[in-house]
Amino acid sequence: MSGPADRPLLQVRDLKVHFRTGSRGPFRRQTFVHAVDGVSFDVPRGTTFGIVGESGSGKSTTALAIMRLAPITGGTIDLAGARLSEAEGNDLLALRRKAQIIFQDPYSSLSPRMRAGAIVREPLDLMEIGDPEGRDGRVADLFGKVGLRAEQQALFPHQFSGGQRQRIGVARALASQPDLIVCDEPVSALDVAIQAQILNLLRALQREFRLTYLFISHDLAVVQYICDEIAVMYLGEIVEQADRISLFKRPLHPYTWALLSAVPSAASKRRGRRRVSLEGDPPSPIDLPPGCRFAGRCPFAEDICRTEAPARREIFPKHWVSCHRVGDDGVPPHEMYPLANGPGGPGGPARP
Amino acid sequence: MPAADASSALLEVRNLQVDFRTRNGIAHVLDGIEFSLSKGEILGIVGESGCGKSMTALAIMGLVPTPPGRIAGGEIVYRGENLLKASKERMRRIRGNRISMIFQEPMTALNPVFTVGDQIAESIVLHQGLSRRAALDRAVELLREVHIPAPERRIGEFPHQLSGGMRQRIMIAIALACEPDILIADEPTTALDVTVQAQVFDLLLELQQDRDMAIVLITHDMGVIAEMTGRVLVMYAGRIIEAAAVDDLLENPQHPYTSGLIACVPQLSDEPEAEREALMEIPGVVPPLTELGVGCAFEPRCGFRMPVCVQSRPSPVAVGAGHSAACWLMEDADRQGADRQGADRRDGDRP
Repeated sequence: MSGPADRPLLQVRDLKVHFRTGSRGPFRRQTFVHAVDGVSFDVPRGTTFGIVGESGSGKSTTALAIMRLAPITGGTIDLAGARLSEAEGNDLLALRRKAQIIFQDPYSSLSPRMRAGAIVREPLDLMEIGDPEGRDGRVADLFGKVGLRAEQQALFPHQFSGGQRQRIGVARALASQPDLIVCDEPVSALDVAIQAQILNLLRALQREFRLTYLFISHDLAVVQYICDEIAVMYLGEIVEQADRISLFKRPLHPYTWALLSAVPSAASKRRGRRRVSLEGDPPSPIDLPPGCRFAGRCPFAEDICRTEAPARREIFPKHWVSCHRVGDDGVPPHEMYPLANGPGGPGGPARP
Repeated sequence: MPAADASSALLEVRNLQVDFRTRNGIAHVLDGIEFSLSKGEILGIVGESGCGKSMTALAIMGLVPTPPGRIAGGEIVYRGENLLKASKERMRRIRGNRISMIFQEPMTALNPVFTVGDQIAESIVLHQGLSRRAALDRAVELLREVHIPAPERRIGEFPHQLSGGMRQRIMIAIALACEPDILIADEPTTALDVTVQAQVFDLLLELQQDRDMAIVLITHDMGVIAEMTGRVLVMYAGRIIEAAAVDDLLENPQHPYTSGLIACVPQLSDEPEAEREALMEIPGVVPPLTELGVGCAFEPRCGFRMPVCVQSRPSPVAVGAGHSAACWLMEDADRQGADRQGADRRDGDRP
């Protein structure tokens, strides 16, 4: 059977978000920040799609564009068969019921002057979902779903701990029964011991309501734990995309490989390994280098990398990479040319 | 104070007590902190926000804000000298010279209106009595040592012209200017991206090995502990609840809080195909320090609580070579001769 049920819930095609920068004047060159520069991916219903990257990679801007909170320069976003990227007015309001967002910082994303119950109820009132009495019951129900007590509706945000505040944020996002929830670094601002509570809650809610998550994070361990498919972003582009097992088992892009090796881990098998050290910082997203954007930091860069942008290739089924140096047989450069300071190499400082 | 016993340890903290006066009464922010630090060692201090790890660092630096804070007791012995008895003048000669510190946010720790060269030269002029010109030459050398490209140009730049990783290198250069014996790094990479964090870690390890400098690394991240440290203190509510060599701590944690702290965060694994189990949760939050009872501070959140846990506070007990934990379960194990090491605490039934 083919039909809307087979279509991915979210389809993003060649999404671009460019911001004009401040320097203006008759003799000034107008420059743009290429925050998101041609990003495409699909998110099937009921799955979690992760976008991972460092600061400035464009991962949060992608999330905001999908929520229609950042200006879209080009490309399309389709949600449940409707063209979200072009919707305006009432159409946009109707689509917003289907997509909600959980923000990073539960300290600044909740109004300090509203009671918790009112915060969760607000989307129901604004979108006129159910009748007023029904909304009371729905709010109480939502509090239960996220592990808060119904009587805590009367409290203000400052009376909750960080983890509880994020639970309020989750309840608010769930209120309109959305299909898609965008989670923008939902646990980064929480204390380590609290992160597990929110991650477990998100997974339980996903099972219960068949939710679809777009999960934005800089934390590769969290992404590995919670996501089904992952896109790695670097300077506004997706450089590699694969399901979680392929990506973490055998990263193909040198950037993904370096990123994974840089993550400190207490897992016993990873301890004592050598890190790959990337030189320098990412270049500015204003003056992008020609060719591959990672070439300046890539230990395997050749002349072609500095002149020609690599095409996105599907090396293995559903495993895409944009890198000149990955062979057609799927062997990445870091497997062909071991680095002096790479894992297994002789250089680099020894572990204590 | 006899200095003889300090020959092996560079720094020894004994029964350190720090109190803070708050609206709700006296908070024992640090309560009986004891540890020693040897030359060239990397000691990790790990715990949640508010556990006292940063306050321990500030106490060693003589920077506890007074009032509302007060050092209520104990000793901090550096090379045989009790720093808590040292004069302000003496402390100024040690701080930034023999014991240095780097902070979490390199943007707020640097002064925005002075060039980085001036900020590095400041402590060299102060502590080593060099002329400003000689100090600036030394600053260029230091920048080269922390791998900053084009150091001659960089010393004339202001902090806002540099990236986050570059600023943290400047902080490290300032901290190293006088070749300290001890570097205290308080969450030095929390504000940095992971590839930049790796660069800073490589730099710290290189400097520690080249200079035989001791490092106290404060973090909330067990991954960082595993990567960087040799020995670890786990703090909770102002006390050290477990201390061990890093491998011992990660493989064989004894205190329920330590095992919780290890298991509650996903760790990047090379075996992604393994089943994803629900993460262990540590329920509740750290209690306010003004409301601690006479029992164990972790008792309200602990899955193994016993009647004794509310009645009195456990003291650290040796559970192996260089491994101690403050938990009544340890005493229990001693009494019954039971082997608790095999008990899987992840399955601990939670009320």
